[in-house]
Amino acid sequence: MLAGNRLTEGRQPGRPSRSLTEPRLVQWLLIGAAMLFLGFFLLVPLLLVFYKALAEGVATYWAAIREPMALAAVRLTLLTAAIAVPINLLFGLAAAWAVSKFRFRGKNLLVTLIDLPFAVSPVVSGMIYVLMFGAHGVLGPWLAAHDIKIIFAVPGIVLATMFVTAPLVARELIPLMQSQGNDEEEAALTLGASGWQTFRKVSLPKIRWGLLYGVVLCNARAMGEFGAVSVVSGHIRGLTTTLPLHVEILYNEYQFAAAFAVATLLTLLALVTLTLKSLIEWRTSR
Amino acid sequence: MNTLEERDAVPAVENRLPVPVAAVPPKNGGSRQRSLFSGGSVLPGFGLSLGFTLLYLTLIILIPLSTILLKTFDLTWAGFWATVSAPRALAAYRLSIGASFIGGAINAVFGLLVAWVLERYEFPGRRIIDALVDLPFALPTAVAGIALASIYAGNGWLGRWLEPIGIKVAYQPLGVVVALTFIGLPFVVRTVQPVLRDFDPEVEEAAASLGAGRWQTFRRVMLPELLPAVSTGFVLAFARALGEYGSVIFIAGNMPLRSEITPLLIMIKLEQFDYAGATAIALVFLAVSFALLFVINLLSWRRNRKLSASEGGD
Repeated sequence: MLAGNRLTEGRQPGRPSRSLTEPRLVQWLLIGAAMLFLGFFLLVPLLLVFYKALAEGVATYWAAIREPMALAAVRLTLLTAAIAVPINLLFGLAAAWAVSKFRFRGKNLLVTLIDLPFAVSPVVSGMIYVLMFGAHGVLGPWLAAHDIKIIFAVPGIVLATMFVTAPLVARELIPLMQSQGNDEEEAALTLGASGWQTFRKVSLPKIRWGLLYGVVLCNARAMGEFGAVSVVSGHIRGLTTTLPLHVEILYNEYQFAAAFAVATLLTLLALVTLTLKSLIEWRTSR
Repeated sequence: MNTLEERDAVPAVENRLPVPVAAVPPKNGGSRQRSLFSGGSVLPGFGLSLGFTLLYLTLIILIPLSTILLKTFDLTWAGFWATVSAPRALAAYRLSIGASFIGGAINAVFGLLVAWVLERYEFPGRRIIDALVDLPFALPTAVAGIALASIYAGNGWLGRWLEPIGIKVAYQPLGVVVALTFIGLPFVVRTVQPVLRDFDPEVEEAAASLGAGRWQTFRRVMLPELLPAVSTGFVLAFARALGEYGSVIFIAGNMPLRSEITPLLIMIKLEQFDYAGATAIALVFLAVSFALLFVINLLSWRRNRKLSASEGGD
């Protein structure tokens, strides 16, 4: 086992430093152990969702997906993401621009604050909006007097989703833009481009993959958020149930095939997200 | 056509540059940018971007979060203490922290193994498996929750083999550990992978030429270099698991004093309109989470300092 570098190199001249590795048997044992772990924790749940969804036949599957309550949940989920993702995209761009292009006091504090939603439990993220806008909340009486509903209504769901997904785009863009520096933007400005032109034609193309990456992650989280939305939703069927909440309701009613059928939609979303993520990583690493 | 624009733009740039670029020495380390002094850069949009960022942070994050403090003041000190130290609350903290810790520890060991296998060995399907590691980030937690609950229930795919040998997973504290292991799985893998990728092969060669076996090289030479990344990943997984709700509630059984996690207890108090009680427990829990965030930053700061120190020493 004390086979030194020279010895192995002599045997395999084509592979210089990488020949410094474990015996084949050890390699396969390690690969086997890792695959067993990933198999149990990732692959089995993934297969189970599709198996259970189709367990009672394709007809049941389609019925569960095309049922009016499920369609309402799809619509609400799409609406929530359609509001939360663009707003957080703007926020991410603004935050990354401010943090990476300028120097100011309290920048580290600002970056920590942007990350704050990640440190907060989803349940607490929803709770703070209940404390703010709920019937017994800070603004509750005023909202009730003006007949505005936020909690147990769509605005609450959108707000909670915005909170939870706020850091995702900013987090991708800040390190990327910091590493790129300001030189090209400064050159564009010196050549007479306006600030907006510089941003659109110089900065944006440089960060497009990072931006897409952040948007993909933000969208996946926005559509899949459960804890925070669960607190503010009130579970009014057909009105305030997003797809994950619809899955929960069906599961708790022992409609397992229907619950897993709707869950396949969210699982497909996750698989599309992972595929896009890998594609972007592959593109940017070239 | 361009001359007009140029004539407008150039003086404007100069106006914003009261100090010549070269006159200001670059501040110590960190950002490689050529920014000059607080705010002042030739680039436009500082006020707009920082203004929007601060406005959004304040409205969406800071003001709502501050209501936690506001609502806790509704309680007297005695009432606060009675709520946060009730046996049911203590049991919930213990389960949340204990299960998150075990889940993080499992991920520390297996995450290192998975990262090693993915970075060092070539085998069929490696790239797909590498992509699949992020599944717990991408899969909505409710879906993960019902899937894990079905797998480990008494009649489930794995539950039916485990229960006859006396291992009950679903609707037990062990189920909480399984869900929290799932949710924290990507963190250690993703923090260790880049360190392994950048590991200098000459160090391993040196160890081998000095007569060390592979295991010795790994344990004495590589592991110390990998441990900071493993511990960062562990803390990230632990912090994520502490607050996790969706994937746990389906498999946990949710029995008070036994398999009820802290976020669920907060949820139950909210559903009973006990806002003050919910916020008190949330506050204690947030304090723990922020302490963890601090530890994470401390770890990465120490790692960066160590890295820059070793670069400087070369």
